[in-house]
Formats: sequence, C-alpha cells, structure tokens
Amino acid sequence: MTIKGKAYIVGAFEHPTRKATDTSVAQLHAECAKGAIEDAGLTKDDIDGYFCAGDAPGMGGISMANYMGLRLKHIDSTDTGGSSYLLHVGHAAEAIAAGKCNIALITLAGRPRSEGSSGTIVRSRGTGVPEEPFEIPYGPVTVNLYAMAAMRHMYQYGTTAEQMAWVKVAASHHAQYNKHAMLQEVVTVKDVLESPMVADPLHRLDCCVVSDGGGALILARPEIAKSLKRPLVKILGAAEAPKHTMGGKVDLTFSGAAWSGPRCFEEAGVKHADIKYASIYDSFTITVIIQIEDLGFCKKGEGGKFVADGNLISGSGKFPFNTDGGGLCNNHPANRGGMTKVIEAVRQLRGEAHPAVQVKNCDIALAHGTGGSLGHRHGSATVIMERE
Amino acid sequence: MATPYQDRKLGDPILNVGDEPYFEAAAKGKLLLKKCKDCGQYHHFPRGICPHCFSTNVDWVEAKGTGTIYSYSVTRRAGPIPYCIAYVTLDEGVTVLTNIVDCDLDTVKIGQKVKLTFKATGNGTQVPMFALA
Repeated sequence: MTIKGKAYIVGAFEHPTRKATDTSVAQLHAECAKGAIEDAGLTKDDIDGYFCAGDAPGMGGISMANYMGLRLKHIDSTDTGGSSYLLHVGHAAEAIAAGKCNIALITLAGRPRSEGSSGTIVRSRGTGVPEEPFEIPYGPVTVNLYAMAAMRHMYQYGTTAEQMAWVKVAASHHAQYNKHAMLQEVVTVKDVLESPMVADPLHRLDCCVVSDGGGALILARPEIAKSLKRPLVKILGAAEAPKHTMGGKVDLTFSGAAWSGPRCFEEAGVKHADIKYASIYDSFTITVIIQIEDLGFCKKGEGGKFVADGNLISGSGKFPFNTDGGGLCNNHPANRGGMTKVIEAVRQLRGEAHPAVQVKNCDIALAHGTGGSLGHRHGSATVIMERE
Repeated sequence: MATPYQDRKLGDPILNVGDEPYFEAAAKGKLLLKKCKDCGQYHHFPRGICPHCFSTNVDWVEAKGTGTIYSYSVTRRAGPIPYCIAYVTLDEGVTVLTNIVDCDLDTVKIGQKVKLTFKATGNGTQVPMFALA
C-alpha cells in the first residue's frame, strides 16, 4: 500500500508568539490546533485523529485530547524529537489511507525560552536509560554533539566554516521578510565567523534560536480536502528512519536522511529536479549540509560547496530553502523544528509565502527533519508534497 | 591562545542493573568492553545482548586502552569551564564517547593517538577518559 494521493494537508498554522510568558504549553497546543482548524475551514468536532509528540504535556495525546475536548478514533504520540511532526504527516496519511480516521490534527508547542532551556545544558532522560551512564559524565549537550558531526565532516570532506556560515546567511536573507522572526537582520559570512565560538567549530550564529511557540497541521482524505476552500496540497510520499551509534560503529558523516530520503522519493515518484522548494531542518548550519547530501541533492561531501555563495537564497540561488527564516532565524518552538518545516512548505505550495521569497510555480516541495542529534541518535523523516 | 585542561564537576552516572562490572573495573583503572562470543564483535555502550547479531552470549573483555580521535569539540560555552568532548576509536575497533583531558585543548586534532586515563565524577565514580599519547 502507498499513501501517495491518499491524504491532503488542508490546514496549517504557525503560532505568532516567540515568547509565551503567560501561556501554558497545553494552551499553546490548543491555540495552534484552533488556528489550523480555522485555516482549514473545519470545526473541532470534525477532528477524529490526533498526533502529538514528547512536547505534549502529561500523558501526551490523552492529556491533550482531554484538554481540547477531542473525540477521537485514532491517536499516535510517537516521539522522534524535532522530526516527529514530519513523521506524523506520514503516519496521519497512513491512518487516513487505512480508513482509521478522516481528519487528522497534528500539534507541537513549547516554551523553552520562557523556561530557560538551551542546547548547552546536559539533559538526563530519567532512570533506566541504557546509554546515559556511559554518556552523561562526558557533558554531551545538543551543540557539542552536532559540533562533532561538523568537525568530522570538515576533516573528511574539507567542508569549511565559511561554507557553513552561508546557510545562516541565506536563512537571514529570508527572515528579513518575516515580521514574526526572532532574528530579522541580514547577516554576512563574516558576522557568523566573528560571533562567539560555542563549541568548536560551531559559532553562536551557526546555532538555531531558542523560542516559544508552536504549530499545527490538519490532514484529510481527498474527498474532504476537495470540499474545502483552501488550495490542495497532496501528500506524495513520506518515509522515516532512525539512526544511532550502531553499537559503537559510529559514523557522524551521514544522517538518517540517507535512508528516509530515497524511500520518500521512490514513493512520491518524483526526481530531485522536480523539487521546487525544500524545507531542511536547520538546528545548526551543519545539519543542513549533511541532510542535503543525504537526500541526494548533491554528492556526499559536496554539501559545503552546494550551500555556498547564496545558493540557498530564494530568488537568486538554485535551491531555495527555509523561506520563513527557519530555525536559524525565525523560530524553533519546543526546541523542535519539524512542524515549521512542513508549514513553510505548505505556504510555498499554496503560493502564500512572503512575495519576496515565494518560489515561482512552486508545485512540488520537500520537507525533511532530524530529531535528536546527528552526534549520537536521531530520527529522520522526509515528506514530499504537491500542489494540485 | 591556549585552553589548558581544567577539572570540572562531572555528572554522576546513574547505573542500570548490569553496569556494575564496568564501573568496578574503572575504579581499578581498567576499561571493559563487551564482546560477543558468537559473532566476535565488540560493542559499546555495554549491553546484555549483542547489537550486531542479537546473541546474548556476550562477555566483558579488558580494552588495551589505546585509540585514535574520531571527532571532538572543545565546548567553550556550556558551563564555566571549557572541555573537550570526543569520540575515540579504540584499537579494538569500537568508538566510544569520552573527553580528551590533561593537555592544551586547542592542540587536539582528529587522528591523534590517545591513551586511557580516568577522572572522578562528583560522587567519586571513576570514568574512562583519554589523554594525548
């Protein structure tokens, strides 16, 4: 069975807040849900499938179904970190294709900025975690784990700090048009390289922002999608793959995108040249380079050259990415960027991106995410969508 | 510019059942690895089942304590003291997460040979780390 053409994204909403001092995580989830339901032209009672991940409070989907008063036929709270919401698009399409639900809601929300979270804190996941006794004493934090992937990539393929900086430069060119973006100032390669070193070789401007907020998506079966008034965004393919330390055969030079990407393209039945726009998870600049290679947009090891010299800037570059400013400039709600990757791809396909960054004739888009860390364990999820 | 190694407060490992021999050996200055008696492959972190062939016939083996830096990052803005997190590929072929210690951290490079040493966490547990060979 394939999900190709079996489900459509009919609603999308990105919460405008970047600092939610006075709003709870559950309330943010609900506000995102409301926004997406209204965008679709549906009501809460139309929702019969619900998808959420580790950012949902309490008992996850059960707590949130209770909070929002949802009556559901299908629920899935698979957590693969920031890639969860891309994976949920695939899972929601599967559930719809299998007849388990008709209209699926996916939500993400969090307030790490208000709560003082960052990627420089050692986080324990509690007791019973098998790897932690062998990791925690060494101070693994989000940024130094990604930094080790960057360091190895530079060593093995000659990738440079300047090439990585170009990813941030491109994101900043897009963010200048996004009035909600946390960082709206255009930066240069020099600005990135002169920003403080956080964990070699990653500077502060190689890192994504820490923001509050969230987002939501609604997927529906084709006949329902066609009865609504929004532009039609069809799911062509979706694939996922976890990658980890492989029992000690550690290889930091590639991500799970090397496995999820090819399967997603196969299901979608499209070629790389067909992709007009791509949302590529940008937790760090290196993340973008490694994923672009693994997804097959360039040869392995040539991602640095590929992203340099403005190639990712919409309008002037050949590979427009993250036209909302991405995690590097716009937002990274709940420290999880997968949701906003899908939302900006939907805007592009609907022709609703900011005119300054809207890709012309954007009929096919890809969204991809890495959740967890390139440096030890992560989930990868890829989605390809088409405007009908 | 130099970034001399400084001791910092290390997080204590919260052991799971079965981890005891590893840390008991560490207290005696030994690094243990798990090796599968069926497929012959080492793995790390240690498990009660081989992640390569799924045999439960796995045993503790003492590592030689020498290896090569696979990757590293001098972490400059996560706490008050810079430290060098690293993956070291042991001569047995398995790659372990660790820290590089007892040197100018700015001189650390991928490909350097390293040798085993130990540092104590906050509660006195000895954990394996590596110094430049």
